[in-house]
Amino acid sequence: MIKLYDYPASGNCYKIRLFLNILGVAYETVPVDFYPGMEHRKADFKAINPLGQLPVLDDDGFVIRDAQAILAYLATKYDAAGTWFDRDDPVTLGKTMMWLAFADQITATSSAARLHDVLGFDLDVDAARKGAHAAFRILDDHLIEQEFAGECWLAGDRASIADIACFPYVALAPDGGVDLGNYHGIRRWLGRIKRMPDFVEMPGIFLEFDEPMAAE
Amino acid sequence: MAKTTDAFALNEWLVIGRLEDVTHDKPRITRLLGQDIRAERTADGTIGVWETDPSGHKGRALPVQERYGHVFVTLGETPRDLLEMPEFEEEGRRLVTIGYVRVKTSPLRVVENFLDLGHFPYVHTNYLGAEPQTEVANYKAEIREDVDEVWATDCSFFQQKAAKSATDGQQSEYEYRVTSPFITVLYKTCPIKPGAWDLVGLFVQPLDEDLCEAHSFVLPFDEENTDVELRHFQQTIFLQDRPILENQLPALLPLTPGMEMPARADATSMTYRRWLKKKNITFGVQKDAADNSNRAA
Repeated sequence: MIKLYDYPASGNCYKIRLFLNILGVAYETVPVDFYPGMEHRKADFKAINPLGQLPVLDDDGFVIRDAQAILAYLATKYDAAGTWFDRDDPVTLGKTMMWLAFADQITATSSAARLHDVLGFDLDVDAARKGAHAAFRILDDHLIEQEFAGECWLAGDRASIADIACFPYVALAPDGGVDLGNYHGIRRWLGRIKRMPDFVEMPGIFLEFDEPMAAE
Repeated sequence: MAKTTDAFALNEWLVIGRLEDVTHDKPRITRLLGQDIRAERTADGTIGVWETDPSGHKGRALPVQERYGHVFVTLGETPRDLLEMPEFEEEGRRLVTIGYVRVKTSPLRVVENFLDLGHFPYVHTNYLGAEPQTEVANYKAEIREDVDEVWATDCSFFQQKAAKSATDGQQSEYEYRVTSPFITVLYKTCPIKPGAWDLVGLFVQPLDEDLCEAHSFVLPFDEENTDVELRHFQQTIFLQDRPILENQLPALLPLTPGMEMPARADATSMTYRRWLKKKNITFGVQKDAADNSNRAA
């Protein structure tokens, strides 16, 4: 069975749990004491991922790190219909890869601000928040352009792994003192993701705090 | 803010971290009641804590206690005793420290939220409760004058997953004990040992009036779950609460009756607020309440 090295409060682990749930693939978790144990920085875990980062997925002996790489791997292996990661159309593939990479930009900023505000990590929170707003402005503009083009998702008219990759640390941004109130395109997109069948929550991402209905 | 002048808060023993959080390599630089402090592991292995000035220089050395897996400090001259938890001596129990979650609100709001059974099914869905079983049975909340503590007893609630070791839902019995404005302990039916209580403790570190760090521990009878699993369960609960707490307005706790609607389930909260009022605590409490009532009259 698939093993996910997991921390419940990590947005990058959550995106894998969310996608596995959407795909209906069974898995078990190996809980890693990210905080306060800092187990991910210790030798035992670094033997699994030398970068000392979560998540890591072990699929019957094949060990893969990096949240976006894991999403691509899971879509390729377990999404029979091939809708989550469309590699047939070069343009769709290009867009998907572009927004998958953008997820790291969101992690570097929004997730950092959250680690500061929630767990007291010592880092430049003003720079992190500023970076998150800069990324969200780009994301919001893109989503609004997509809506004008009649497409509701980051890489086209269907949800893709790029949406799953970018979603968690956008939705968790208020945890780090990054207000989403002015990003209307983002808020409608968050609502669309939360209304997907097989959506699951994580602490800090609630269905109850529903975004306004999308202009779909 | 500057160090508080609240005499009651100053004379409490307050948590500043877990024992493991202060090492030879890494001091803990933090704040308590508006006062910057620094905790260091000294040459003899004990922990020293000092007030620091804005440039980080050490000033007055503070009294320290290393207990219950945590470091406690007081800024006052005549501190009230730190709570006694004899359960820590009982064989078969396991102490698991959870770490802290920082919350931008009054430390008193965090304690009050911990006492509230009513939010379980809504905020901790499928963990500590779920709709439609939202009823909070009648229970008893009182100030125990002899020990100067707030207690809520006979609390009973249906829970899906009351603790990590619970596999089915169970009717959980609860008792709450508040020993300080910043410290509360929950005694909860142990799912695997009839007649025993598991402990969940909350030590809130008040940094400023509207900023705190909620440190916690569990002390259960549990042979089934790893420390990490117990940690993750409690952290999940706290992270579910955090956005709700940060959205409560005003951030400072109102102690004037009538400012927030009391429901039946809030009996413990009301008793806690009454007790705070009796202590004349001002730290973390809304200040302009009296002025408002004067203006209204």
